[in-house]
Amino acid sequence: MTKIVNKPVRKKDSMQLVTGQPVYTDDLAPSDALIVKLLRSPHASAWVKNINTTIAKKVPDIEAIYTWEDVDQNSRRFTCAGQTYPEPSPYDRLIIDRRVRFVGDTVAIVAGKTEKAVDKALSLIKVEYEVYEPVLDFRSALDNETLVHPEENWESLCPVGADNKRNLCAHDECGEGDIDKVLSECDVIIEHTYHTKACQQSMMEPFATYCSIDAYGRLNVLSSTQIVFHCRRIIANALGISKTQVRVSKPRIGGGFGAKQTSVSEIYPAFVTWKTKKPSKIVFSRRECMIASTPRHEMEVHVKLGATKEGIIKGIDLYTLSNTGAYGEHGPTTVGLSGHKSIPLYGKAEAFRFTSDVVYTNIMSAGAYRGYGATQGLFAVESAVNELASKLNMDPITLREMNIIHEGDIMPAYYGQENTSCTLDRCLAKVREMSDWDNKYPARDMGNGKIRSIGMGMAMQGSAISNCDVGGATIKADETGFYTLIIGAADMGTGCDTILAQIAAEVLECPFENITVHGADTDASPYDSGSYASSTTYLTGKAVETCALKLRAQICKLGAKLLGCTTTEVEFNGKEVYKTNGDNASVSLMDVVTASMCGNRIALEVTETHTSPLSPPPFMVGAAEIEVDTLTGEVEVLNYYAAVDCGTPINPNLARVQAEGGILQGIGMALSENITYNEKGKVYENSFMQYKIPSRMDIGKIHIAFEASHEKAGPFGAKSIGEVVINTPLSAIADAIHNAVGKRFYELPITPEQIAMAKK
Amino acid sequence: MIVTITLNGKKIQRDIAPDTVLLDFVRNEGCKSVKRGCDTSNCGLCTVFIDDKPALSCSVLAMRADGRKVTTLEGLQTEAEEFGAFLADQGAEQCGFCNPGLIMNAIALFRENPEPNENEIKEFLAGNLCRCSGYEGQMRAILNFIEWRKQR
Amino acid sequence: MITIKDYKKASSLEEAYELNQKRTNRIIGGMLWTKMSSANINTAIDISGLGLDKIEENDNEFIIGAMTTLRDIETHKGFDLYTDGAAKEALHHIVGVQFRNLATVGGSVFGRYGFSDVITLFLSLDTYVQLYKGGIIPLAQFINMPYDRDILVNIIVKKEKIRCAYKSVRITKTDFPVLACSAALTKSGVRMVFGARPGKAVLLTDAENIIDGEITEENAEQFAAFAKENIKTGSNMRGSAEYRSHLVSVLAKRILMDMGGLEK
Repeated sequence: MTKIVNKPVRKKDSMQLVTGQPVYTDDLAPSDALIVKLLRSPHASAWVKNINTTIAKKVPDIEAIYTWEDVDQNSRRFTCAGQTYPEPSPYDRLIIDRRVRFVGDTVAIVAGKTEKAVDKALSLIKVEYEVYEPVLDFRSALDNETLVHPEENWESLCPVGADNKRNLCAHDECGEGDIDKVLSECDVIIEHTYHTKACQQSMMEPFATYCSIDAYGRLNVLSSTQIVFHCRRIIANALGISKTQVRVSKPRIGGGFGAKQTSVSEIYPAFVTWKTKKPSKIVFSRRECMIASTPRHEMEVHVKLGATKEGIIKGIDLYTLSNTGAYGEHGPTTVGLSGHKSIPLYGKAEAFRFTSDVVYTNIMSAGAYRGYGATQGLFAVESAVNELASKLNMDPITLREMNIIHEGDIMPAYYGQENTSCTLDRCLAKVREMSDWDNKYPARDMGNGKIRSIGMGMAMQGSAISNCDVGGATIKADETGFYTLIIGAADMGTGCDTILAQIAAEVLECPFENITVHGADTDASPYDSGSYASSTTYLTGKAVETCALKLRAQICKLGAKLLGCTTTEVEFNGKEVYKTNGDNASVSLMDVVTASMCGNRIALEVTETHTSPLSPPPFMVGAAEIEVDTLTGEVEVLNYYAAVDCGTPINPNLARVQAEGGILQGIGMALSENITYNEKGKVYENSFMQYKIPSRMDIGKIHIAFEASHEKAGPFGAKSIGEVVINTPLSAIADAIHNAVGKRFYELPITPEQIAMAKK
Repeated sequence: MIVTITLNGKKIQRDIAPDTVLLDFVRNEGCKSVKRGCDTSNCGLCTVFIDDKPALSCSVLAMRADGRKVTTLEGLQTEAEEFGAFLADQGAEQCGFCNPGLIMNAIALFRENPEPNENEIKEFLAGNLCRCSGYEGQMRAILNFIEWRKQR
Repeated sequence: MITIKDYKKASSLEEAYELNQKRTNRIIGGMLWTKMSSANINTAIDISGLGLDKIEENDNEFIIGAMTTLRDIETHKGFDLYTDGAAKEALHHIVGVQFRNLATVGGSVFGRYGFSDVITLFLSLDTYVQLYKGGIIPLAQFINMPYDRDILVNIIVKKEKIRCAYKSVRITKTDFPVLACSAALTKSGVRMVFGARPGKAVLLTDAENIIDGEITEENAEQFAAFAKENIKTGSNMRGSAEYRSHLVSVLAKRILMDMGGLEK
């Protein structure tokens, strides 16, 4: 029985947050920091012929204005993607590039003492552009005669099949078995192309960074980031300075969802402060967050799925076309998940093929958003399976029960990894029961044009990137016997500070309150890849567990010395080190720690690093019960039922809110979060007025159940939860809409207009 | 221009630019709980009370508050702790960035309607966006808080 | 970003009017729209100190001051009763309470925005605007007048014996409407208004006397067809003209059925 793990303790920072304490980047930046803002391109593709800042520089209180002329155009390019070096994302950026590649691309950096002065200066910069024809349609980007990145110093560090002279950011092919033969022998084929848009993470805190020069002349960066260590590399690369000159730390983060796994805002104030040696800060407006950030990759996923007439899925052939936009951040990696985290759900398949292209276009760069490609792929595959079920006149849950993978199965489309922990079968049964599926499926006519219906979908994700991500933890025993846990993972509202402290407290058998958490700070934290790829609980959590175990051994070692015996003769119970021979000799933790500070060579501090050869998938099943007004096309999500297998929920409260929040983001993506452009490549949805994330009026009830498996490789049996939760609503809602109105939709969001005007 | 505002019970007089919005004014006065989450009056993060009515401080000129009473979460710490504890008990504060605006408006709701039902809660708080929680945990917290107050 | 050089709290309407004659000066209502513009305002004229933030109800009319907030209208018991809840239904979708505590009816009406739920609502009632210089004129006339430098003082709703209803379609609940429909059943017949077409709201009267006496499902359908034929719609990012025209007929029928007590 665990004491603290699997208990719904409050988040360590909760009372500070609910009482509104100043703990975020912009709250902490001093008032004398220079205000940094960017002049952004009005064109999707253009060359800066002339830029004149003379008048703008004369505005009182303006400190500096930088243009492409201040950036060596032949210097090594870099990527802003937060990934392990060498990054799969191409090195295709300069801080300010003379060529601008999307509406919103950086043309100049302005720094001044007041916001007013900076705004005034921005309006006075004169730019003459040579405007080029942009590449706006990602379907015709590959081998288009217009190149987004024609430059010679474009660079791809990893073998991802990239070729800038083809507008190709990545290409991959893989498979197993003879897919063409298997499909040709199938009784039923479902074949469609599914389209998802470049949805915005829309975390409530905009991108924000504060920079200053410290006592050693180094650049100190305080930023709202999920990736302090990658950020250090990105900033050093961008500025062309040594990494030893850069320190990155994070305060509280007002949400990330992957947006802050890319260095969106850091390089600009870093550049200003490095040049001027004065403190500076940038805080993106919401509009900037919407037009020049790092949204989800728009994808078209072509599915060809074959099955027997009994409903056994024999083969899946997937082709994904992904739109990385103007820069390649996370382009080569997100696309992989569209196949590798959808195809493996079906364990009876004898063959699969997964091909992908990632192309450059002249829209804002895409990036990492919760689900990271799996979301897009699962919408496609799960929708196809739902269509298969209705074509075979089968219950979609029953069809899944016949086809899903089970614990112990090998997953060929998941790099041949074994499915080490899985309750997908129980999740299906649970959702069937909790949703009263059998009575609700497929639909009921409520009169007056209203139909209630239900639909479902499954999902998986990973837990960290196998053999790549690194989780790190340092724990030290401090005076009077409390512990400090130092991490490089980033709590962005997920509660990982708390979850990791729970793991430490469990192992160290101490009250939860005795663990102080510090992080993340490149100068102080042990290396950690950062909080992304559903890695923190699983990977950093394991590092914390091992670290705490080793610290126990150190405590025993010093305790034994104090007791005048060997370590084999003592044990530690969280409070004292005692001799196991029954003579009642013991020394308290406080005394051990006190002794460690005087004439001592036994460190009560341990650092542990962890990586995993496996990335055990969490699983999930979701069902959406909706009411469709068939005349107006409006859809109300009345209930959403979900069963999650995230292994052991270390903190059931935090796991639950992750699930609820992720589901609503998925619902938004399915029904209202749209991205459209005008013919010049300008995005229309550039505010919360136009980009409609769900309000609390837009959701009925979300019901969550946990069907925990036990993952041996995770801390106390835990896997991940952060990402998998966004994936089920897309296919579930699309299918529920089909069940109500008899029409299938292959593009998201499904708007009232499409439903009302559908020709059945 | 000279403006006189009673901010969290303390009368202050400041010389400000006429286009200063109340949000920047109160942050400048150290009320950093008040957040800016959008530029189109949609998110509710900047909610303060002007003469006890919840309003978006991003959309009001500080001059408009001249001679009036402005309250931020800094001035409601006891109520924030009392209600906030219920959010904390759900883990529903999550990233925390929308919390001050939400809690301000929730306090306004409880003052106007001490025992609202779920629909009334949703409707009153509709202008407080949150991207973390899916709103469910917030709802549980609010219902538990109301129940606790009834028992008290 | 908006800039304001000077701020003047008017002590009388005359003073406000005088100031407002300068093109670079502007009256500040709730400021929700103004603050999003990039206008350079010389003097912002604040008329919030002139007592125009109240709703006065007497036997014949509601006199609603231009600075009355949408929230105050929404929660006004007499007005809610008079409009059979249509006022609340029209207003409660608008962003949130904190927004509606700022947004003023004067700002909403003076702006003459196409998406306006406020204009859609008031246009279906017997509504007049009182201008400082221009006197009292019907709202229907006002919304088609060019923007001038006069000051909107009051919104006046003349009481009559009516039944009211309001319906709208939105992509999310707190979004602008894709189409809004407000209707009043009066002694002289049906007045139905369509807003967010997406152009300015327009009033449709029962020229063909389709609803003659009691509302039935049959005449509601006839009226819906009549509305669809006569209401011009357009396209924007929230919907196409074709979809809006479809919604005109759906909402017209539903709102009639609702007012006729026939809604299932």
